[in-house]
Amino acid sequence: MNIEGKKRLWQEYQKEIAGDHYFFVRSCIRQSFFPGAEMMFLKIMREDLGKDVVENPGHTTCTGIGYHSDIVPLETTMTVVARQFALMTEAGYKNYAVSCITSFGLYSEILETWKHHPEIETRIRENLKRATGREFRIPENIAHASDILYKYRSEIAEKAKYKLVDKTTGQPLRIVEHIGCHYAKMFPHKGVGGAEYPHVLVGLAEALGGEIIDYPERRHCCGFGFRHYIVKVNRGYSLSCAKVKFDSMEPYKPDLILTNCPGCPYFMDRWQYAIGEMEGKTYGENGYGIPVFTYEELAALCLGYDPWEIGLQTHQVTPEPVLRKMGVSFEIDKKYLGPNGKEIGRPEKPKVLVVE
Amino acid sequence: MIEFGYSLQANRQIDMDLNNLRMLKYIRNNEPSIDWCMSCGTCASGCTAAANCDLSLRRMILMVRRGEEAEIHDLVFRCRFCGKCLNACPRGVNTRNVIYWMQQAVININAL
Repeated sequence: MNIEGKKRLWQEYQKEIAGDHYFFVRSCIRQSFFPGAEMMFLKIMREDLGKDVVENPGHTTCTGIGYHSDIVPLETTMTVVARQFALMTEAGYKNYAVSCITSFGLYSEILETWKHHPEIETRIRENLKRATGREFRIPENIAHASDILYKYRSEIAEKAKYKLVDKTTGQPLRIVEHIGCHYAKMFPHKGVGGAEYPHVLVGLAEALGGEIIDYPERRHCCGFGFRHYIVKVNRGYSLSCAKVKFDSMEPYKPDLILTNCPGCPYFMDRWQYAIGEMEGKTYGENGYGIPVFTYEELAALCLGYDPWEIGLQTHQVTPEPVLRKMGVSFEIDKKYLGPNGKEIGRPEKPKVLVVE
Repeated sequence: MIEFGYSLQANRQIDMDLNNLRMLKYIRNNEPSIDWCMSCGTCASGCTAAANCDLSLRRMILMVRRGEEAEIHDLVFRCRFCGKCLNACPRGVNTRNVIYWMQQAVININAL
């Protein structure tokens, strides 16, 4: 599709994103996969953009992983989600900011169900009242965290210390974006730019100076898919899905992959190591992989946060080549030092994938 | 190599524009009821031969529809024509005749 066609399509899918006062709900798995990412979102929102974002340690899983693996029944999921809404209501907030793509999809699915079946909402309210004594209001605005950074992309770009540009050639970095399946594939109008060519990451990357590269399997699932990896013997399916994407994007020589889902960056990062070990194949230049970043990590990098504070040392695919290309200053000696200055341990080096 | 406990699977995408559907056309000409099949698998579940081999009429019809000729070459000759599938089919497909014409298609593949 040419850029004019995309722009026409994007105009049809514009959603309202609240401007301030968010109740933030974290992802279950991101904090163990890439612990710095959510922290960066909060820092950017509070310190760089001066917004009011609160969270509640009593917030639990939305049960999305259990729901999509057919372990948790939908009515249980709805009641757990109702409790999250109750926490927001009790905090006096109306705007709900979601870190996880699957949670975002699940909230959209549940609210759509309640809209068409008010009797189910009534029953869930009764369930929640009976189980916890809580009541809730439905959020006035639900936005994914990447929607919010998209909304403030111009402000972030203005404050940016680094651009997504090759420092030596002046050419924009070649970026492939990968949107989590549950962001807009179920409800295209809930996502910025719809489901076919979502604009949410394109807008952020372009505002920061990068160039988005289209490739044939752009919409293909990363392979996360819950059932694909929960049972070990099925993980070959997850791995094969990711390989379809890598094989498809490789000829376009991307500098980095930009994602907005908890699972996608993790699997697209780690599977490059597994494919290297299994088939001796790597997808970056000179035996390196293609680095995978989340939107907060990339925004924080451009804003000048230290790469090791962002948590880029937890990535399997080494980010240093891109950092050098962008001209980001970093101290390699501090890569594996924790916030207290003590060594956090170094991972074993892969046999095939080149890491630093 | 590290033993991961799982492995990569080869890409099995089927290109319907490239695959040759000559076998389907041949069978359809001789036994049009093949088009009534809805892949429910009732035929395969009651199949006597399937107890001892991989014979599945549901799968064979699917492969013929996809033009995956190589998939049925050996299997189709394992049918003993007992006709239990004919009694089981909820759509009234003449299953025994479908298999007969599948065999004929495989035998005469170069003439199709």
